[in-house]
Amino acid sequence: MTLLSIQNLKVHFHTEDGAVRAVNDVDLVIEEGETLGLIGETGCGKTVLGLSILRLLSENTKVEGKILYKGKDLLKLNEGEMRKIRGKEIAMIFQNPLTSMNPVLTIGTQISEPFELHQGLKKKDAIQKVIAILKLVRIPSPSERINEYPHEFSGGMRQRAMIAMGLACEPSLILADEPTKGLDVTIQAQVVDLMKELTTNSKTSMLLITHDLGVAAELCDNIAVMYPGEIVEYADIKELFKNPKHPYTQGFLGSLPGRGLKPMNGMSPSLIDLPEGCKFHPRCPFARERCKNKRPEMVEIGKKHFVRCFLYD
Amino acid sequence: MIKFIARRLMIAVVVMLGVSLISFSLVFFAPGNPAEVIIRAEIGEEPTLEEIEFFFQEHGLKAPFFTQCAQWLYMITHGDLGTSFRTEEPVLVEFIDRFPATLELAVAAMFIAILISIPLGILAAMKQNSVLDHGSRFVALWGVSMPNFWLGLLLILFFSVRLDLFPCFGYGGIEYLILPAITLGTGMTASLMRLMRASMLEVLRQDYIRTARAKGLMERVVIWKHGFKNALIPVVTVMGMQVGHLLAGAVIVETIFAWPGVGKFLVDGIYARDYPVIQGFILIIALFFVLSNLAVDILYTYLDPRIRYDVKKGMK
Repeated sequence: MTLLSIQNLKVHFHTEDGAVRAVNDVDLVIEEGETLGLIGETGCGKTVLGLSILRLLSENTKVEGKILYKGKDLLKLNEGEMRKIRGKEIAMIFQNPLTSMNPVLTIGTQISEPFELHQGLKKKDAIQKVIAILKLVRIPSPSERINEYPHEFSGGMRQRAMIAMGLACEPSLILADEPTKGLDVTIQAQVVDLMKELTTNSKTSMLLITHDLGVAAELCDNIAVMYPGEIVEYADIKELFKNPKHPYTQGFLGSLPGRGLKPMNGMSPSLIDLPEGCKFHPRCPFARERCKNKRPEMVEIGKKHFVRCFLYD
Repeated sequence: MIKFIARRLMIAVVVMLGVSLISFSLVFFAPGNPAEVIIRAEIGEEPTLEEIEFFFQEHGLKAPFFTQCAQWLYMITHGDLGTSFRTEEPVLVEFIDRFPATLELAVAAMFIAILISIPLGILAAMKQNSVLDHGSRFVALWGVSMPNFWLGLLLILFFSVRLDLFPCFGYGGIEYLILPAITLGTGMTASLMRLMRASMLEVLRQDYIRTARAKGLMERVVIWKHGFKNALIPVVTVMGMQVGHLLAGAVIVETIFAWPGVGKFLVDGIYARDYPVIQGFILIIALFFVLSNLAVDILYTYLDPRIRYDVKKGMK
């Protein structure tokens, strides 16, 4: 069953340097129990897309299109209805837990908030739940650790506490924004294992936002590749790794250490100054005249394999 | 914590010694002659050279700088601030008599400042660029720019003379306190309000505020539970520094409202070149500065758990 369906999503905001077109005509579907990976380089609008689902972007942001969650358009809900979705139905695990956790509140207080808010528990009962969930994410001696502050946790423990905060109310959808960013490789492996365990054992769906293909390969069922503001390729994980179609995906995979470590030409364009036509054409080895003027449509080239490129027209 | 306070108190002693040395030198080298002023005030005519000579002998003002300085240091380290040239009373006694009135005024001013500036600063931050924000900016600018003595006179003119709501000067019940406290507290209110607004705006941009919103918390909870304590940290720093300024500002306000505190006593002391009074006052203001900053540092540990003064788990 479809849990989340994003249709024609556009997210633009105004800055002093001009209009930032962070998300352009994105369509995505997440099924119940599915883990969808959203991969792309830094600054391609992945995080903005995640934040727009929970409507956590600043007020000067223009969001158009539809975000249907269990059939309801989240963009049409009022603030009060939206608050009932946040943390309860859809939770977000943020990158950089040191800045994403409140430095002056204890871990226990911060994780108990969703329990008190959405399950109406008293502080004392909520704390019991916090201890249980910290045990689940393998924080040692959780009943003592709940009285500590974020800065007293190690990087890996902070990230696990962040995950615990997201999982607290057993949401139907978790938006995980670079949950392994900035962690040591060994800690990263632990966090990935933990997330794998948590998502395979439950009906929870997840949107995993990452630029780390290794992490995506471990956790995801399907992958959507994002290139400034739009999805350029969508396929299931095995198909994508075996048979990448879009020149950008090929370049992205080719730059992996195991696949030749070949750097791609050029730089990812700025979201303020996007090229006309296909966004990738200035860097594309196969670019032709029409790539410069016309934006390619998404075409299905195999079973559940979509690509936005004129090569497959 | 106790170790930390003890260490800070020891540093405070060194600071106080430095302050007393500087205050002694400043007063010593300042022009003017206490003998002339004080004798003229006592007998009502120009003093003779013999009288001046006698005054200098009597108060030990003939000795060289270093001898006098050493004497002064010896005295203050033994809890003796000397005797006022004018009243012939020990300076410490004079201060203890007058200090409660000044403290009352300063506390009332601080109370007004906190009560107005913190809620208004937060509201202005929450409703950035609204009419309320612009209005509070205007009032703050007005409050900072207005000199104390001018504001005091305006308040007297309006509330005492025109409306006859409060007495225009003197000391007594709460009705006597209100105008001087407003006069003294306005500058502090204005600057704290702006600081609170800026600090809250900065905090609202932080990632952890977004996390709090992502949990589905009400905006009110986000602001008060997640933002307030974080935003208060810089405000508390400035508040601590303002305590000293309040005491110094009290000198002017007390003079306008004939408030019987140490401020007025000091002004009279300065006119008469009453050295022990001036030196003693500087020392006491400095002491309050040091103590209020210590209080701020202690308050920090409550506000921000990342600041720890004790050695715990091998970390500082």
